[in-house]
Amino acid sequence: MVASLFIDALRFIPDNAHLLLEKAWETAELAFTALGVAIVIAMPLGLWLGHRHRGLFLALGASSIGRALPSIALIGVFIAWLGVGFWNVTVALVILAIPPLLTNSYIAVDGVDRDAVEAARGMGLTELQILTRVELPLGLPLLLAGVRIAAVFVIATATIAGIAGVERGGLGQIMVNPVTYNRSGVLAAAFCVAAMALATNFVLGLAQHAASRRMAPRA
Amino acid sequence: MNGLLLADGGGPVIPDFGHGTRCLTHNHWFCKSWVAQHWGDVLQPALVQHVYLVLITVGIGFAISFALALLAFRFRFLGPPLGALGDFVYCLPSIALFTILLPITGVGVTTIVIPLIGYTLFILFPNILAGLRGVPAEVLESARGMGLTRTQTFWRVELPLAVPAIMAGLRVATVATIAIATVASFLIRYGLGAPIFDAIEQPDIFRTELLAGGGLAILLALTADALLALLQRALTPWTRIR
Repeated sequence: MVASLFIDALRFIPDNAHLLLEKAWETAELAFTALGVAIVIAMPLGLWLGHRHRGLFLALGASSIGRALPSIALIGVFIAWLGVGFWNVTVALVILAIPPLLTNSYIAVDGVDRDAVEAARGMGLTELQILTRVELPLGLPLLLAGVRIAAVFVIATATIAGIAGVERGGLGQIMVNPVTYNRSGVLAAAFCVAAMALATNFVLGLAQHAASRRMAPRA
Repeated sequence: MNGLLLADGGGPVIPDFGHGTRCLTHNHWFCKSWVAQHWGDVLQPALVQHVYLVLITVGIGFAISFALALLAFRFRFLGPPLGALGDFVYCLPSIALFTILLPITGVGVTTIVIPLIGYTLFILFPNILAGLRGVPAEVLESARGMGLTRTQTFWRVELPLAVPAIMAGLRVATVATIAIATVASFLIRYGLGAPIFDAIEQPDIFRTELLAGGGLAILLALTADALLALLQRALTPWTRIR
């Protein structure tokens, strides 16, 4: 019984490839728009605070508050406040994606060897140059780790947006609609969400790995 | 509300805002009267269920993580594969895991708790391992100099010194579990997610119930975090004498 359901779900994927791709694209659109906006907001702030070694409280506080926020309740509040729509949900996703990005950008730069920074300062580099040419390359692995965590988190949460009834809500819409798509369709959509998150994690993990290898001291 | 229901995607539900005070019929953000009226039959049971979920999850998650960390501590080569496995589980979205597990483990607490335990492993295992491995070599050297056996060193030196890292992990895992556990209610109405999803599935989101459920989840997370911070202080009296 259970086995046949899973087999049906696996059959559903090739049989409805077009639908799943379309819905996956919607989820990706929501997720990566939010991720992009969150990066633009959180990263410069985190990098600058880390460079100044100030605002540890803000950077770490943001992530502990972010962890405690129930994502579905936050999305619900935004929909109740602004109505159902792409950008309203995006705002909620951005808020949820900011904490890990802010914390990791801060830690990435804050943790760079102070002697290296002093040496750069002694060589006459400006503060902006120190940040972009010394601290950023050295902190890149940690910075990318933050992007990876945020990306995976946002994909999962963008799926919840579909559950909350957003139009063009992606795979989440299939997952709450067994009446239309059958239980096999619901399962298939769940597999697709998991695959998207794993693939994103894998690609960004490779980037992170490449960055840390490039920065490792050569023997 | 009281039964375990399958979500049907928010079909036409007749809004039941209780006996309509002005606040309720206008769907204001927070109607104290509704909260007072439904504390006993909606909010308090959900809160109790949520605490139960979190206690089971963190309890089992901690036991498994501790055992795995001990293994990885003794047999170093186990560290990277176990870490990679935790990383893999962590990036599976919770709603996908709940959905996939539902046909296997059925509509019940088990289906909610298994993915949640998986997430705690990812947080707790690396923290416990890092804590145990972070004990300075000089400290271990002096322990050996004092004639402590390997077992004594573990219980009297390595484990106590790892407590801050372990407790830090426990705080993060507990707070994360409290937040993620609300998501499971899209399939299985249980815990504080139940009022949240009930509110969202009203045609015009029922704001009071949404805020009450979400607010309680946040308050529970903050309370749990504060309690664990106090526990950590009590467990490590030496960190206060400097």
